[in-house]
Amino acid sequence: MRNALWRRILASLAVVGGAVAATLGGLGPATGAGIVTLTGAGATFPFPLYSRWFAEYNRLHPDVRVNYQAIGSGGGIEQVRKGTVDFGASDAPLSDAQLQEMGRPILLMPTVAGAIAMSYNIPGVGTGLRLTPQNIAALYLGQITRWSDPKLAADNLSTKLPDMPVTVVHRSDGSGTTFHFTSFLSLVSPAWATKVGRGTSVEWPVGIGGKGNEGVAGAVRQMPGAIGYVELAYVKQNSLTYALVKNRDGRWVAPSLGATTDAAAAGAAQMVKTRDVRVSIAHAPGPKTYPIVGFTYLLLPRERTDEAKGRALVGFLWWAIHDGEQDAAQLLYARLPEPIVRIDEGIIRQITYQGKALLTGK
Amino acid sequence: MFRSQVGREAEALLLPPGGARPRRWADRTFRGALTAPGLVVVLLVAWIAVELTGAAMPAIRRFGPAFLWTSRWDPVHNVFGALPFVYGTIASSVLAVVIGVPISLGVAIYLAEIAGARTARLLSCLIELVAAIPSVILGLWGIFVLAPWVRTVVEPPLAAVLGWLPLFSGPAYGIGLLAAGIILAIMVIPVVSSVSRDALRAVPQEQREAMYALGATRWEVIRHAVLPYGRSGIIGAIILGFGRAFGETMAVTMVIGNRPQIAPSLFQPAYTIAAALANEFSEATSDLYLSALVEMALVLFAVSLLVNGAAQWLVSRMTRA
Repeated sequence: MRNALWRRILASLAVVGGAVAATLGGLGPATGAGIVTLTGAGATFPFPLYSRWFAEYNRLHPDVRVNYQAIGSGGGIEQVRKGTVDFGASDAPLSDAQLQEMGRPILLMPTVAGAIAMSYNIPGVGTGLRLTPQNIAALYLGQITRWSDPKLAADNLSTKLPDMPVTVVHRSDGSGTTFHFTSFLSLVSPAWATKVGRGTSVEWPVGIGGKGNEGVAGAVRQMPGAIGYVELAYVKQNSLTYALVKNRDGRWVAPSLGATTDAAAAGAAQMVKTRDVRVSIAHAPGPKTYPIVGFTYLLLPRERTDEAKGRALVGFLWWAIHDGEQDAAQLLYARLPEPIVRIDEGIIRQITYQGKALLTGK
Repeated sequence: MFRSQVGREAEALLLPPGGARPRRWADRTFRGALTAPGLVVVLLVAWIAVELTGAAMPAIRRFGPAFLWTSRWDPVHNVFGALPFVYGTIASSVLAVVIGVPISLGVAIYLAEIAGARTARLLSCLIELVAAIPSVILGLWGIFVLAPWVRTVVEPPLAAVLGWLPLFSGPAYGIGLLAAGIILAIMVIPVVSSVSRDALRAVPQEQREAMYALGATRWEVIRHAVLPYGRSGIIGAIILGFGRAFGETMAVTMVIGNRPQIAPSLFQPAYTIAAALANEFSEATSDLYLSALVEMALVLFAVSLLVNGAAQWLVSRMTRA
């Protein structure tokens, strides 16, 4: 009898649960006639620009809606692999092994470039400290431990650097910013490349970790003698100090959107040569290029499973790399240089449905 | 046994013969309705353990038990050891309890024994308000206000007087284990003080009166009558505080310096498991890396179970004594 009662209770609970589920299902995203909803997930670094793009594109094309979740590059890659999203986004390009694991061809498309500034807190020294790439690597390897080090003084003859210990600050959260910064260090310092390497998180030889740009900037600001790497947009918005960095051509360059786009243009030549969009644009040649820069990427499964969604996606992408890029500077991202826009056009043309290119009339 | 007897007697007394059955049904339904949520909690814990173990398997297979006592954490080369994180988690929580508990006890004693009813109500309200501050806000306050204060006001005198102890040696960064301990203490104080206050309030008035009758001072009453009586409640409060400190993420990561190392000095940066998970999970791109992070979550899960178990055991021993 007791069992019978339980069965009845469970049965009624199941009915109620089913009803609730049905109601909730009915309340899900409206998939009304003609409206296409694209879903994406991934990188947080380009999120402010992406969300502007999605809103703007939806205003122009009310029938296309994009639902993007900035869950981090790792999450974006994972969702693309599982096939739960229409596109992913990652600050670091995928390695060959990662692309292999995807189980189907994934296109990588650079969308926008970002620069990383070296910000510091040295009493009596304002913006404009000169740092060579080798010295930045030496600071982060723990080889330069005092600001009075002759290696730093040699480039800053007109500035009196105090005899004060250096406190190195890095990001503690895994981030595209860290990936681009460590890629740069790996390019300019063989010691860094072998001892530490590049990644969204690395084993830092020295220093303390701050969470996010605000954590690094906060630590730098409150600790005399500290130096950290911070996204350019954050530096500009908060008027932090930044260093001039010596580029490959031997010039001292301040981080700026223009200098970042120049670096991206220099990288384009490499991309055409190697037929690979994953080439690093850090430490690129050219008189005006800023060396600590990197692209952020969209991850696009090449063969689409849904024709309507596929068409909406390529339409959006085409718009983004042409008209959408106009918004980039306003949000302190460096827009793509013309040669990379051409490369991206080629990538969009490769997106297919049942083997046929989806982009038409372009 | 006792309960069922009483129940039967009560039924015999209250129920007309024909009405007994529906009542018993109602009783059973009621009991079922309360047992189910209890079971849900147990199942949830078991499920979390199973899921974590499953997802951590690649890391467990690769590193074995050495994961627990090696110190290298290198995502680029896929080498992972959790020891500095375990150390940081325990050290920062212990520090928080060491700093926070004396203050909390003072607050609790003041509220329960000394303050007038209106003052006590107002103060309790304010203390509970502290508990409601989002931890990310505390974290930002920590980095912009607390850390500079620790660097300029707290650490130099400590280093000057106690600098011969390794615990207080080395350069003063402000950001580090000490700052994390202080911010955790701030988060622990509302929990510990309000639970202990309730424990002290529950001490029967006769206890106090008996002591006063013996000619005891107020201090002696509190020391010998009130505190011993409320002891188990206070220890329970401290365990709750420990739990609060253990799992805290945002506030800690802002001020602890996030460096996986075991340094003797409180001034040095450290790292906790919860902070590392929050920091690295979203951008962990390789499978082994992700798996190592999950294994660390499993370690946190096990460590908190162990600490809780140990504390329970301590309470049961102390209350029996």
